[in-house]
Amino acid sequence: MSATNGQSTNGSTAAPGTPRTGGEVVCDAMLAAGVDVIFGMPGGASLPFYDSLYHYQDRIRHVLIRHEQAAGFAANGYARATGKVGVATSTSGPGATNMVTCMANDIMDSVGVVYITGQVARPAIGSDAFQEADVTGISIPITKHSYLVMDVDDLPRVMSEAFHLASTGRPGPVHVDIPKDVFLETTTETAPDQVNLRGYRPSKVGNARMVRKAAEVINASERPIIMAGHGIDISGAAEELLQLATRGSIPVVSTLHGVGTFPETHPLSFGMLGMHGLAYANFSMRQTDCIIGLGTRFDDRAVGKEDEFGPGAKVVHIDIDPAEIGKVLETDVPIVGDLKLTLQKLLPLIESRDRTPWLDQMNGWRRDHPSLKIPDSPDSVLPQEVVRAIYDISGGEARVIADVGQNQMWASQHFWYERPRMFFSAGGLGPMGYALPAAMGVKLADESQDVWCVTGDGGLLINIQEFNTLAAEGINVKVAVLNNAHLGMIRQWQEFFYEGRYMGAFLDNPDFAKVAQAFGLHGVGTSSRDEMKDAIAMAHEYDGPVVLDLHVDRVENVYPMIVPGTGVNSVIEDPR
Amino acid sequence: MNGTETHTLVATVADHPGVLTRVASLFRRRGFNIASLAVGHSEEPGYSRMTIAVEGSAEEVKQCEKQLYKLVEVVSVRNLTGAPAVSRELAMIKVRVKATERPGLAEITDIFRGEIVDVSKTSMIVQMTGAQSKIDRFLDVITEYPIEEISRTGVIAIARDDVGPRNGRARG
Repeated sequence: MSATNGQSTNGSTAAPGTPRTGGEVVCDAMLAAGVDVIFGMPGGASLPFYDSLYHYQDRIRHVLIRHEQAAGFAANGYARATGKVGVATSTSGPGATNMVTCMANDIMDSVGVVYITGQVARPAIGSDAFQEADVTGISIPITKHSYLVMDVDDLPRVMSEAFHLASTGRPGPVHVDIPKDVFLETTTETAPDQVNLRGYRPSKVGNARMVRKAAEVINASERPIIMAGHGIDISGAAEELLQLATRGSIPVVSTLHGVGTFPETHPLSFGMLGMHGLAYANFSMRQTDCIIGLGTRFDDRAVGKEDEFGPGAKVVHIDIDPAEIGKVLETDVPIVGDLKLTLQKLLPLIESRDRTPWLDQMNGWRRDHPSLKIPDSPDSVLPQEVVRAIYDISGGEARVIADVGQNQMWASQHFWYERPRMFFSAGGLGPMGYALPAAMGVKLADESQDVWCVTGDGGLLINIQEFNTLAAEGINVKVAVLNNAHLGMIRQWQEFFYEGRYMGAFLDNPDFAKVAQAFGLHGVGTSSRDEMKDAIAMAHEYDGPVVLDLHVDRVENVYPMIVPGTGVNSVIEDPR
Repeated sequence: MNGTETHTLVATVADHPGVLTRVASLFRRRGFNIASLAVGHSEEPGYSRMTIAVEGSAEEVKQCEKQLYKLVEVVSVRNLTGAPAVSRELAMIKVRVKATERPGLAEITDIFRGEIVDVSKTSMIVQMTGAQSKIDRFLDVITEYPIEEISRTGVIAIARDDVGPRNGRARG
């Protein structure tokens, strides 16, 4: 989505003065925002909205999910893959509360989703009516903004504000709660041509003086490093990032959401940093004299112990959210602005410099701490091999959606992403169950792309009901279950930090291939290496959704690992 | 906490239902401590002014200002701590006094330029306006009288002429 304060959406396609129901106003606003697929489940309070959707079926595809949480995650995937706003909808009360996790996920990961929830009719609000919940009260701390629309005449303006807020500045979820009778009433109001919110003026280009200062600091540095975050993708600044790195011979590490914003096979790419980042990426952060943070919030999983993170380094931080600057690290050059526009101003000021000694040092760490070597495993398939096999068969061109936990780290490590919007994962909130529904959204965003959902067995079970949606809607997602019969990351932590006292870590799983078959999907299960590769090749060719239940090593750990609360000095590398 | 002090933030906010909830929710979830919060109409229809006394270090309060400004309905935020500004609080203090004690309390009240706004057979209500420290000092002085009830508005503040609050903080 555009991080610039882009053209606001006039939510109306109707001629001014034409009466429209509240439901039609919402549909028109979605069309005006370019939304062509939405995800939801109807209920009593949202029935009038569904009656409007009935009449918009030719322009808006409604995907009936099987749990409202899947609607929010699918809308998240759709938003991230298209750069547009995603839409998820539910009824009042339980339908809306089921999407709370999704809102919290979107706000953490800066993803623009508009949530349309039904509410009980206005006269019933506050009476503990059937399926009533104070959903706007609940959503306040986990949304960028929220509305309870008590007058249909406000709805055209509210809807255009909602799409504007979700997609501009630092994107985020916006919740619009609409009482049943407001959906039904008619209005002749239309949205204003321009959204006008006095308290909301996202920055565009960073301050020119600070941009000059950033260039001075970067040019003077011997050992600079770029930390590329999600903002590069959101702002569409991958090309500017590439120019910055190559012009200044500046190495790049990425955050989890920054994966793919810089081509990972580029010699200047040093992979992902952080708790399960590559050892050499983390060693570099210890030695750098200039951290260039681009669209990152210096999350604790990326930074680790703050005083071992670039000790003594100058910090240049460019982000569109002023509240992120100085929140974690003391910043020498703070720049608030859109990354693409700001980098365009910075680039001409960056001197071409030879930084061979620094790059040699980093490549030395890369050589001595390879981090991504997959050990021999004669008796079991390692989960890393599965990710590599998907990389190989797709030629690195698949869009990969990871769940949360070990599978997420392996999917980020063992696949080389060359472009933004190729790797999707729920980084900040870390909700298990994200991958399958998000993959549906990513697939429907662009059906020409191959989409692989890489999930653990634990996360799959959290939203496994979406097998039904895959089958019913024919959504061509390939699901690779890294089935280790454990909550793997829990098991790993209990091994490392609780002396092997395993509690609540073992999963007594069903046969996922049979479960898939029962849902009408093509399901295959295997624990052999050859069959695993064949199954992945088959899924790659198969015209339709496939579920691969891949029984992998049950006790494989994710390496490297930086023990929480410590720095890179205490990194645990693969002992094999 | 290093350098914890009370800062006075003045925010102009849209006069919408729920805006107080949003502000309160922000302070609670980010762990900022509100010492007092006062809200009322501003000079502009449709907008309210909040004065929030927040406790914390300079860095914490800076972060608090930025987070506050991120709320869509917050139009401006200004930290008046250390800036040329006038700040006042109003307190009403119900004191249990016998008839014979009334002159004594009245005298202290007078010294502090407070007002006796109600008298009953067993109590008097003192209205005290001024800087928060003055009200605190008055309460320290009258400890010999049993205080039945205190109601304070919390501080409200307004910048002096050269730095109008409507200019706001440089938007981020």
